[in-house]
Amino acid sequence: MMSKNKTSVSRRGFLRNAVKGSAAAAAAACTTVVAAPPEANALVRPPKPLPPDAVGLLYDSTLCIGCKACVTACKEVNHMPPDVGPAQQGWNAGGGDKPIYDSPVELSAKTLNVIKAYSHGTGATKDSAENGFAFIKRQCLHCADPSCVSVCPVSAMTKDAKTGIVNHDPSACIGCRYCVLSCPFGVPKYDYNDAFGEIKKCQLCKQQLAKNELPGCADVCPTGATLFGRTEDLKAEARRRTALKVGEYAHFPRGDIAGKVGGPRSGHEKLVEAAYQTHIYGEKELGGTQCLAVSAVPFDKLNLPTNVPENGYPTLSEGIQHTLYAGMIAPATVFAGLAYLAHRNTKNHTDE
Amino acid sequence: MSSQAHEHQPLGGRVLTLPFLICAALVAIAGVILFQRYTQGLAAASNLNDGYPWGIWVAIDVVIGSAFGCAGYVIALLCYILNRGEYHPLVRPAVLASLFGYGLAGLAVLVDLGRYWNFYHMMLPWYAQPNSVMLEVGLCVATYTLVLVVEFAPAFLERFGIEGLRAKLNKVLWVFIALGVLLPTMHQSSLGTMMVIVGHKLSPLWQSQMLPVFFLLTAILMGFAIVVWESVMASLNFRRPMETPVLSKLSGLMLVVASLFVVLRFVDLIVRGQIGQIFGGPQSGWFVAEMALMISGLALLIPKANRNRSRALFLSASLLLAAGILYRLNVYLIGFTPAVGPWHYFPSVKEIMVTVGVFALEIALYLLFVKKLPVMHAVHPEHG
Ligand code: SF4
Ligand code: SF4
Ligand code: SF4
Repeated sequence: MMSKNKTSVSRRGFLRNAVKGSAAAAAAACTTVVAAPPEANALVRPPKPLPPDAVGLLYDSTLCIGCKACVTACKEVNHMPPDVGPAQQGWNAGGGDKPIYDSPVELSAKTLNVIKAYSHGTGATKDSAENGFAFIKRQCLHCADPSCVSVCPVSAMTKDAKTGIVNHDPSACIGCRYCVLSCPFGVPKYDYNDAFGEIKKCQLCKQQLAKNELPGCADVCPTGATLFGRTEDLKAEARRRTALKVGEYAHFPRGDIAGKVGGPRSGHEKLVEAAYQTHIYGEKELGGTQCLAVSAVPFDKLNLPTNVPENGYPTLSEGIQHTLYAGMIAPATVFAGLAYLAHRNTKNHTDE
Repeated sequence: MSSQAHEHQPLGGRVLTLPFLICAALVAIAGVILFQRYTQGLAAASNLNDGYPWGIWVAIDVVIGSAFGCAGYVIALLCYILNRGEYHPLVRPAVLASLFGYGLAGLAVLVDLGRYWNFYHMMLPWYAQPNSVMLEVGLCVATYTLVLVVEFAPAFLERFGIEGLRAKLNKVLWVFIALGVLLPTMHQSSLGTMMVIVGHKLSPLWQSQMLPVFFLLTAILMGFAIVVWESVMASLNFRRPMETPVLSKLSGLMLVVASLFVVLRFVDLIVRGQIGQIFGGPQSGWFVAEMALMISGLALLIPKANRNRSRALFLSASLLLAAGILYRLNVYLIGFTPAVGPWHYFPSVKEIMVTVGVFALEIALYLLFVKKLPVMHAVHPEHG
């Protein structure tokens, strides 16, 4: 069994060198993989562009009055149950165990859209980071290169080729919650209290859009803080707003920026009271998103991730995957080599 | 070839020993908790939440458990690919340990999946999403578990005297052996790739394009360590002679792999410009602990004499195993911070008991199998 002839000795020498060689190669690979600029790095795939007719929302924190009409409308058009935090359960039991007052504090399997507030110091001045307060709307951003779609093993998360809307299909979903783990914005949620729980997230009211009606949140927003439209149009509008000066009068549209979906609506003139941040959230973050936000308060204060790269993380993980498994050529080659060795070597071992 | 037919033999002895009964009781407790989980949802049994959608059921039962299952992988690699016949006696116990490691990792997935009744969608081509690293891991692990069944089949066929089939199987076994080396190489490295996509949510101490390399290295290392561990434990518990000469050769390889891991870890941190994180970064203590275990484990093996001492071998294998466990736990849980909002996670008692139950089932089945089937290498009087 332990044949020690000349050939096996020299083969061992060869193997030892091979091991040393591959260790050196691994160290070299390590250096190139980590240090190379993205465009020269074989382990990074190119980012995915936005479909030209992608649609989304523009949220303007300075226009938001925190009325939460959008939160209620979102629940209505999507038939979502009320969400009652533990602190409210005592007085909010309603008749029997049916709560009467919806009081979500965070996105959850029952809440696809929530308005959250930032406050600092005395909280006296709206849209001021110091001694002030500001609102932020949280919902799926419909990424150009979404992590949730990249990770889903069973195509339950998909991105519409035309509208770019990121859809979820519970009938395909296995509930692995990899989408929850991977979303850079912490959006998809799962119902842990349900034996047959589902993943929930905003799907940009695709059912409303199919009827040429506005998404619930953009439909009811009284100030146009939530504005619907083509992402390219919204981006231009966001640039216009961030260039506005304090004390200027400006026009702010409502509903659909193009005035088509849901019929034309009148906008309003308003004095710009707080200086906009130049940063348009979602323009560059992680490959860009179809839903954008502008604000007078820095976005990290509004609890949005700001220290993120300009390419989506799928460019990195799929880059590794595609390099190693392109056309399954590498695994097939390795398999052939292994099979050859195993075939030859098992001949010596009559047992096993 | 009558001598070969007796190369392996069942250990025999009572099945209902105290350790076996303790394991059975732990499995029963896990069963009760799982009843709650399936009737009332994941929250009834676990502290899983939307900040930490993956807890110990993924990090320990699947990610660490499958590394425990790498014994068969490394031994097959040595024995059949590098043609090192001296490792032959270790093959069957290693393959058996792998079979349970992987089989139960698969079972643990069904515990964790929120929509488990759809799990077979992973196998159906029309649902496949080829960019998903998880799909690759899932398919690889499922196929590998089948391969392990085939690799272990000779022990079964031998026990029940089905020699004809066994001879036929022996002719094609090389295909399965090759697959048995290829598949773990693929999915163990992919377990690392799976966390690349979480990006900034994983501390820069662990987030790297090198994650697949580190996961492959820890898989090999933990595979070796488990072989040593299991061999020493079997010798002590079943009063068999120590297999020290074979193990000492194995430990030389452990030393190489562990050193490579440590060197690459530091090179990676330096190249990414994150070396400063070691000193007082948020989770630096966990990094230090991981490295301390790894370095002390490999340092023990540097003096050649230690590699022939079963105590030193056992201690070193334990340290390296702990290092591998901690590395994987760091990547999947400790080094992870959710994107938005304050979330907390610490496993609930029930969650821990399920994990304990999964491992208890593994041990109970292992004990049963080595007693009833020809798994262990026969001990000849002249050796003992
Ligand atoms: S925000 Fe999250 S859930 Fe929405 S598309 Fe992007 S990755 Fe997916
Ligand atoms: S939980 Fe469902 S949608 Fe999310 S990644 Fe898993 S299978 Fe896909
Ligand atoms: S688009 Fe529809 S689902 Fe999304 S936040 Fe607005 S109302 Fe809710």
